[in-house]
Formats: sequence, C-alpha cells, structure tokens
Amino acid sequence: MPGVLPPTYDRVGRHGVSPELSHDEIARFNFLTNLNVHLGQAVFPATKLAFEKRVRPAFQHTQGRDFASQREIRDAMKADPVYQAWAALRRNTMEMRQQAGRHVVMRQLGPLNDKVAALNSGKATLKLDDAMRAPDYIAQVDNHWMPGSYYTETVPGDASAGASYEVGTFVTTAGSMSASGDGGGRALVNFVRARFPNFRPKRILDLGAGIGVNTLPLAGAFPEAEVIAADVAAPMLRYGHARAQSLGYTNVRFVQMDADHLDLAPQSFDWVQTTMMLHETSAATVATVMRRAFDLLKPGGLMLHVEQPNFTPQMTLWERFTRDWDSWYNNEPFWGKLHTMDVFALMTAAGFARDKQFETFTEADIEPGRYQPWASTLSRHKPELNKTGAANDGARKGEHWYLFGATK
Amino acid sequence: MTAVDPKTLDPKTMDVNALANAKAKGKRPYFFEDPAVERVLSITMAVASEVAVLRERMDTIERLMEAGQPVTKAAIDAYRPDDRSARERQEWHAAYIARILRIVQQELQALQDDSLNVSSQELADKQLEE
Repeated sequence: MPGVLPPTYDRVGRHGVSPELSHDEIARFNFLTNLNVHLGQAVFPATKLAFEKRVRPAFQHTQGRDFASQREIRDAMKADPVYQAWAALRRNTMEMRQQAGRHVVMRQLGPLNDKVAALNSGKATLKLDDAMRAPDYIAQVDNHWMPGSYYTETVPGDASAGASYEVGTFVTTAGSMSASGDGGGRALVNFVRARFPNFRPKRILDLGAGIGVNTLPLAGAFPEAEVIAADVAAPMLRYGHARAQSLGYTNVRFVQMDADHLDLAPQSFDWVQTTMMLHETSAATVATVMRRAFDLLKPGGLMLHVEQPNFTPQMTLWERFTRDWDSWYNNEPFWGKLHTMDVFALMTAAGFARDKQFETFTEADIEPGRYQPWASTLSRHKPELNKTGAANDGARKGEHWYLFGATK
Repeated sequence: MTAVDPKTLDPKTMDVNALANAKAKGKRPYFFEDPAVERVLSITMAVASEVAVLRERMDTIERLMEAGQPVTKAAIDAYRPDDRSARERQEWHAAYIARILRIVQQELQALQDDSLNVSSQELADKQLEE
C-alpha cells in the first residue's frame, strides 16, 4: 500500500473562467500528480543514498577531503545513474505538466479569451500598460519551463498564460497549495490576524501578484481595504481580473506595473507584500522592492514576503544542493542566489529598524473538507521535511513557507 | 516551430498541437551522457501517461456500466468519482507508476543492501575453475 495518495484533480476549485476539462485531461493531471508524488517519496530518497554510499566516498577517496561547496556536489552527482534518472524524470514531469496544461488552454483559446474579455470589459479595476516590456529577469528564460512564460500573447488580448499557469499548479504541488490554489494567501491571512490582531489595512499592494491567486484571500479577509494586484504580465492580469470578478471580488484592482518602476505615492499603503515573487526577480530588484516598500508604507505599515526559507548555518551542503535544484534545472535562476542573501541587512538598508523585523514559518492553509479524507499532500521542495508527518496526517499538510518582513 | 506573429494567429485555425508542445525559452538540461537516452525516456513517459489516461477512462466506463448508467462521451466527461472510487483509482496510479519505474526501485535496493549484488557469473566462473 503506497504511503501517500494525493487528492484527485476533480477536487480543484472552479470559477467563471476556468478552462473546460475533458475526462482525459483530468486523468492526465491525475497521472502527473501521482508521478510527482512517487518521484518525491520513492525516487528522491535514492539520490541521497547514492550520495552517501558512493558519490561522497569516491570524492573523498580521489580528493582526500570532503565536499566544500554545493557546486562540487552537483558536479559529482551529475555522473551518478540514480541521480540522472531522478533528475530526468522530474524535469520531464514538469515538461509534461506544461504541455498538458497548455493543450487544455490552446484548444479552447478563442472561447476562453472571449469569456475573459466579457468579464473585463469596461471595468476600471483592470489597468494594463501596452508599452510595458517584460524585465530581463523574466524575459531571458521561461520560468519553470512554461512556454512563453507569463507575458507572451499568443493572440491579441490573450489570457492563456494565466489559465495554463493555474491549471497545472495542482499537479506540480500535488495539491499542497489547497484545492483553490490559494493556500499561501490563506496562510498569510492566518499569520497577520494572529500576529497583528488590531491591524485594519485600508490599502494593500501585492507585487508580482500574477493571477492574484494569493491576493484574493487578503481582499476577502479585509473587505474594507483597496487591494492592488500588480504584475508585469498582461495575460496574467487579464485572467486574474476576470477570475476575481467571477468570484465576486470587487475590492481588487489588477494593474500592470514593474516593481522596479512603481508610479505610486509615498506613504499611501498600509501593507506592501510579495508571495513567492522575489525568487523570480534579481538581486537588484529585491533591494529595490525593499526600498520602495519602505517608501510606500505609512508609519506603522507592514511589509511582508513569502518565500522558500533561506539557508541556515546548520543546513548541510547536500540540503543546499537539493534545495537549489530549481535554480539550475527548473529555469528559476535567482532561486538559489536569494537563499544566500541577508534579507535582514537588506531590510535595514531600506530603512526598517532591526527590532521591527521578523521571520517565521507557516504552512499553506488547505481548505478543510475539500479533499478526500484519505488524501495526503506533500511539499514539493522539502519531501524530507514532510517525511515524518504528511503521510499519516490526512489532507492537512501544505507547502512549508517562510515569511519575513518588518513594520515601519 | 518558428516564432509566430500574434497578429496572424487565429484561434480557429492555429496549430494547437504546435503551440501546446512549444519549447520553453532556455537551454534544455540533459541528464544522461547520451541525449538519445533522455529522448527515449521523454517519449516513454509521455506514452506511459497516455496509458494511464486510457486506463482511467476504462475505469469510468466500467463504473458507469455497473451503475446502470448510459455510457456516452458526455457521461464520461461529466463523471466524478466518489471518495471510495477516487481512492481505488489513485491506488491504481500509484501501483502503475511503481511498476513502470521498477528498475529505479531495484537500483535503490541494490544501493541499500550489498548482499543483493552477488554476481552469478562470477560464482559460476569460480565453480568451473574448482
């Protein structure tokens, strides 16, 4: 009997612009989700064993010392057959997810874009900037092998990137972002309510919001607030705005903006934040985001970032190597670099007092009752963290996320 | 496929397969010494996926028939498994994937336990020498 059975794809939440899915398209997603789980649970542990039993001893024998960097581990692991099999399977599974999702969207592109346009037509809550070009850090390689990335328009007025991004998320995360994909946003709300019980934000800025999947929980939790979902990619914003409209959110504005060039008034926000955005930018942009956040916040305002956890001194080189795999092989080149940056020094340089800074861990909030009672989810990036609990803990475990930020 | 000018694309006539299968921007990593191995693996896994899709479709047809319901394309697309059926289907996926990736499991076991790796050929050679 397998340890982890993920929920089935038919439990994914739907809204007014969800692409139609045939029986076989759902089945294809089910196969890929199960394959991701198998690779994480059954194949990935073999790479660690290969490292300890033969790759490391061979390196120590020939070099007369242990590994000194994760790069040395990567170079040595490249030649190991078990690692090669795992890496090639994982890479292929991502490619297959992108293909499956894009086919769903492309086969119904005309009707889908029409539905999006009908919901967006004449709405002041969607503001696009036709002159905007994708920044270099987005334009050079397509993040997580999504052909065309977030910004490419297949046809004029296109929303396909948003739709194909959304349909595949469940597959790659094996459901650990919750059935509606908004487990991160829901976790943020839980954290803010617990940590700042008297916080009543009037204006919230979410940078790199994409389709707003993690923005809507903030808008729902603070219905009196005006929320701005900013992103550089028009197809994501078109789809996200139509999605939000169909779900009944009226307090979110989707605005095409580049985090490096924000045309917003100083001290005009109570909350400035990003969710899983910083690792898809660059060192210069991360520093700019911190500085601009300080400038945009009112006194007492909150800056918050959700990311993969940074490296700690206790972390082994092996863990660093596996955690940075996406930098090299999943087209997320800044992922690993961000892990080594001192975000506290950056926040201090941006103006935030050291004693107002914080970091904590959170777990994606999976909507109770949406998955089958026997279903389990697991964290894609840290299967080792979940080894002890996830398999026997029902459908309550989500992706482990790291939060850091400061108040002004 | 070469880059297409969006202004010339019409959703009604565009090549959906070429668009769905398009290459992402960025140099593709190859993990095996011979790229042909990567190609064969990629094709094999794509076929494996389609076998799983067929099997899930057969399962749906069987369940509709068992329930005495009409088996039409529309009924198949509209079918949603109850919790118990969904579990049985996921268990099948897990068993199927473990089966096709059997060699990887065996390589793991070979690493874990050296006593599994005695060479019969060497034993036979030794026997014949004695």
